[in-house]
Amino acid sequence: MASDTLTSSARTDAEISGLDALEIAGRDKEISRGARIWAATWPKLAALTIAILAWQLVVWSGWKPPYSLPGPMEVGRELISQARGPQLWDGLVTTLRRAAVGYVFSAAVGLLLGLAVARSKVLRAAIGSMITALQTMPSIAWFPLAILLFELSEKAIFFVVVLGAAPSIANGVISGVDYVPPLLLRAGRNLGARGLNLYRYVIAPAALPAIVAGLKQGWAFSWRSLMAGELLVVGISQTSLGAQLTYSRDLSDAPWLLSTMIVILVVGLVVDAAFGAADKAIRRRWGVLDQAGN
Amino acid sequence: MTSTTTAPQGATTAVALSGVTKVYGRGTSAVLALDGVSLDVAPGEFVCLVGASGCGKSTLLNLVAGLDRPSGGQIGLAGDTNPGLMFQEPALFPWLTVEGNVEVPLKLRRLPRAERRERVAELLRTVHLADFGRKRPHELSGGMRQRVALARTLALDTPVLLMDEPFGALDAMTRDILHDELERIWSERQLSVLFVTHNVREAARLADRIILLSSRPGRIIYSTEVNIPRPRRIDSPEVAAIAADVTERLRTEVGRHGQ
Ligand SMILES: Nc1ncnc2c1ncn2[C@@H]1O[C@H](COP(=O)(O)OP(=O)(O)OP(=O)(O)O)[C@@H](O)[C@H]1O
Ligand SMILES: [Mg+2]
Repeated sequence: MASDTLTSSARTDAEISGLDALEIAGRDKEISRGARIWAATWPKLAALTIAILAWQLVVWSGWKPPYSLPGPMEVGRELISQARGPQLWDGLVTTLRRAAVGYVFSAAVGLLLGLAVARSKVLRAAIGSMITALQTMPSIAWFPLAILLFELSEKAIFFVVVLGAAPSIANGVISGVDYVPPLLLRAGRNLGARGLNLYRYVIAPAALPAIVAGLKQGWAFSWRSLMAGELLVVGISQTSLGAQLTYSRDLSDAPWLLSTMIVILVVGLVVDAAFGAADKAIRRRWGVLDQAGN
Repeated sequence: MTSTTTAPQGATTAVALSGVTKVYGRGTSAVLALDGVSLDVAPGEFVCLVGASGCGKSTLLNLVAGLDRPSGGQIGLAGDTNPGLMFQEPALFPWLTVEGNVEVPLKLRRLPRAERRERVAELLRTVHLADFGRKRPHELSGGMRQRVALARTLALDTPVLLMDEPFGALDAMTRDILHDELERIWSERQLSVLFVTHNVREAARLADRIILLSSRPGRIIYSTEVNIPRPRRIDSPEVAAIAADVTERLRTEVGRHGQ
């Protein structure tokens, strides 16, 4: 077994590459991009077609008169004509502006609050369970109080949106920080990360998936609160999407009502898809996504 | 913790433990994990710590690494740098690539970007992973992950390396190769190594000195020099003889608890 160091190191090198090749081999199987997109899209298209068909069947059955339940063709025509005029876009802009302002503010409050509670034992004992309690409160139940405090104004809506969204976001941050694997914390500390650096290099990235989940849930709550608010707090001059729902009902304009609902649904879906994509990207990076990609 | 990390006298010891005690919990549920452990590691020495499961080996390494405070006694380190600690699991950051992981300690030491890149490439070459820098930890095998963890720990540039059963979960073939690698890196960089294992053969293969810890409380009960010339082979008769001796003493120790 006498071998000098040179040949022994060459041997090691070859063995290591050999083992690595074995261990890494046969992993990726490339599927074309078009095929992948199609695979993800066709079930959705099929479901949409079925839903529209079912709607049309209900209309044809004569269950309700066409002036209260119009068919998809009529609503589609209404949607197109709405899209040509300024009213829908004005409403969309108003609603999205409110959503963005309320959500960004909620995210800031939620992130700071969550971080503070996660860091401090006293704060956690004091308000940790209160945040969870706030989360269980249906946001629409806040409106009477909000209207008393701020009257029928944008401020009332903003108040309820923030109360709806911020606790979810804070809870996401808290659970994210709580569940950072202790092993990674120790590793980070051993590598020289202390104080703020530990947050930057270990805690924040490790908590990211939970934070994104909290942000997603916060969005869902703020979007619902906003719609409830716009339905209740009408009479403000701007014609938000929620106000348009109320007006169209007052005017018994069913096609307008349904086409507005479709717009609201689409906005919700688009934002949800954005969060879904972020979540998926993170999971892919972390390797917690299975090979099939879902 | 200046009181427990004073530099040992002279440069004759890289790590010096004297009378180190560790108690977990308090009151009736207190566990005495380590009881008066005194131990010196000379610069450039490779020391293997062997003991039954639960005897306080990980506790000892965590104390030396400064991740926990001893309940009593002194821990001294040459220089003032923290020793690098390699955990039983790779403990890699899943959100970073292999390169990114190795780069973390360099970033924390505020090395300039160009130098960091150079060092990362060099370290990955050292552990034979030069072609895998862009991969993520989950794309690698267990042995490769441990090599990344080793590279990341080496990036600390500390003279003292603490290793907590780093190869415990690997197959024999991979482990043999990593023993060769570790021995090479240790002698090239003139590291002082405190290596924990419960594999007695592994200890005989690697160590200059083997130290046996008793269980509950952890105390040093036996210490032996291993004077087999290097490079060694894990299946050589000399290594087997040392391993047999240590195993015998370990059996006696474990048997003492059965009575
Ligand atoms: N955080 C803790 N709190 C309470 N007891 C602990 C804690 N960590 C370790 N112990 C106890 O201290 C003793 C030593 O534990 P340690 O993890 O150091 O053992 P070990 O020698 O590394 O074992 P193994 O070989 O299984 O890794 C054990 O009895 C364990 O139950
Ligand atoms: Mg252990």
